[in-house]
Amino acid sequence: MIPVGFEYSRPSTVEEAVAALAADPDAKVLAGGQSLLPVLRLRLAAPTTLVDLRDVESLHGVRVAGDDLVIGAMTTHDEILHDARVAEHAPLIAAATATVGDRQVRHLGTFGGSLSHADPAGDLPAVACALDATMVAVGPNGRREIPAADFFVDYLTTALAPDEILVEVRVPDTAGWGHRYEKFNRMAQAWSIVGVAALVRRVDGGVTDTRVALTNMGRRPVRATAVERALTGTAGDAGAVTAAAGHADEGAEPPSDVNGAADYRAHLSRVLTRRALTVAVGA
Amino acid sequence: MTRISVTVDGVESTDEVEPRTLLVQYLREARGRTGTPVGCDTSNCGACTVLVDGRAVKSCALLAVQADGREVTTVQGLSNGALHPVQRAFHERHALQCGYCTPGMIMAAVDLLRETPDPTEQEVREGLEGNLCRCTGYQNIVAAVRDAAAELRGAS
Repeated sequence: MIPVGFEYSRPSTVEEAVAALAADPDAKVLAGGQSLLPVLRLRLAAPTTLVDLRDVESLHGVRVAGDDLVIGAMTTHDEILHDARVAEHAPLIAAATATVGDRQVRHLGTFGGSLSHADPAGDLPAVACALDATMVAVGPNGRREIPAADFFVDYLTTALAPDEILVEVRVPDTAGWGHRYEKFNRMAQAWSIVGVAALVRRVDGGVTDTRVALTNMGRRPVRATAVERALTGTAGDAGAVTAAAGHADEGAEPPSDVNGAADYRAHLSRVLTRRALTVAVGA
Repeated sequence: MTRISVTVDGVESTDEVEPRTLLVQYLREARGRTGTPVGCDTSNCGACTVLVDGRAVKSCALLAVQADGREVTTVQGLSNGALHPVQRAFHERHALQCGYCTPGMIMAAVDLLRETPDPTEQEVREGLEGNLCRCTGYQNIVAAVRDAAAELRGAS
């Protein structure tokens, strides 16, 4: 199908982009379009203006700033997969990004676009939560920082105001942490039925930090804090991993849909968390 | 209407398009490149895959205005006259039945081989995950891509 007609705007600075959004309350940002275009074609949304960010140079690319990795919102999945700094400082992002969509989608789809779309079945929101990333947004009133935990508000809904743009994501360095993104779906390029993003830091064998966030176990990403508490302080042995993973669905409210019932997802989350942690502890 | 300049299979043209025009529509209707079919219309099947600045994309999943200033290669622009090694391998291996997925399958394979010149069978299957074929069961497609890979490596 063909989208409903709209005005097209292609600003070259963040300020111009914010002004274009502010000028039309029914405007939408176009990043890579890999989620937006299908939605437009199915006529599930009909924005009256699309603000294409491709020419806003400052939104593209990856840099290191102090202890943080800074990923521009318009950096494509493919660029992230080929970036040595991402592989070194935030290998969990690279691992999860490799599972996003398919190669065609990864050539166009962007890191910031995936996060701003906030699809509960999207892989990167849980990854951002597990990393305790910071979202940097710009709107008419300037720049503000939003912790990942506060950024994802509800189904397809973020803390961004309609005239705010996600410009970059600051990611704390997790070089040397064990990591794993464990994703379950039934066929290639399908969305996650459940996904688990796991990070584990060990010092002298003992687990000093555990971060686990779940994809598609609620209307937004879920931090599995009971798992984190259960594993941290243990020796990271198989028994401790299995015991911790048993808490994966605590507090989660997984959806029931055509891909699986809520209790099936709860089961999957425990199994996938065990698998993810087993890799992340390096055992 | 928005004015765009797009190079398609080596030919540049400037056209007025509605912003909502999908790239695949533009290629077929404004530029006459009907070798690129519309498949599923939900960005699943990959039949409409073309290269934009050398990278495979699904031409139903971007707007023509997003291709402004860029270079698009369709299956019709892969080679001049003689078949491209990937096309020839699909022919020799009979890597198709109805043929509807073939243009997209070939373009995705070209993109895969750009990045992975000597793929294993598994790498071919995963590399083509964005392209669906409902006839062949993929066996001959995988064989054709590996044949083409060997030929391209020998030629370079």
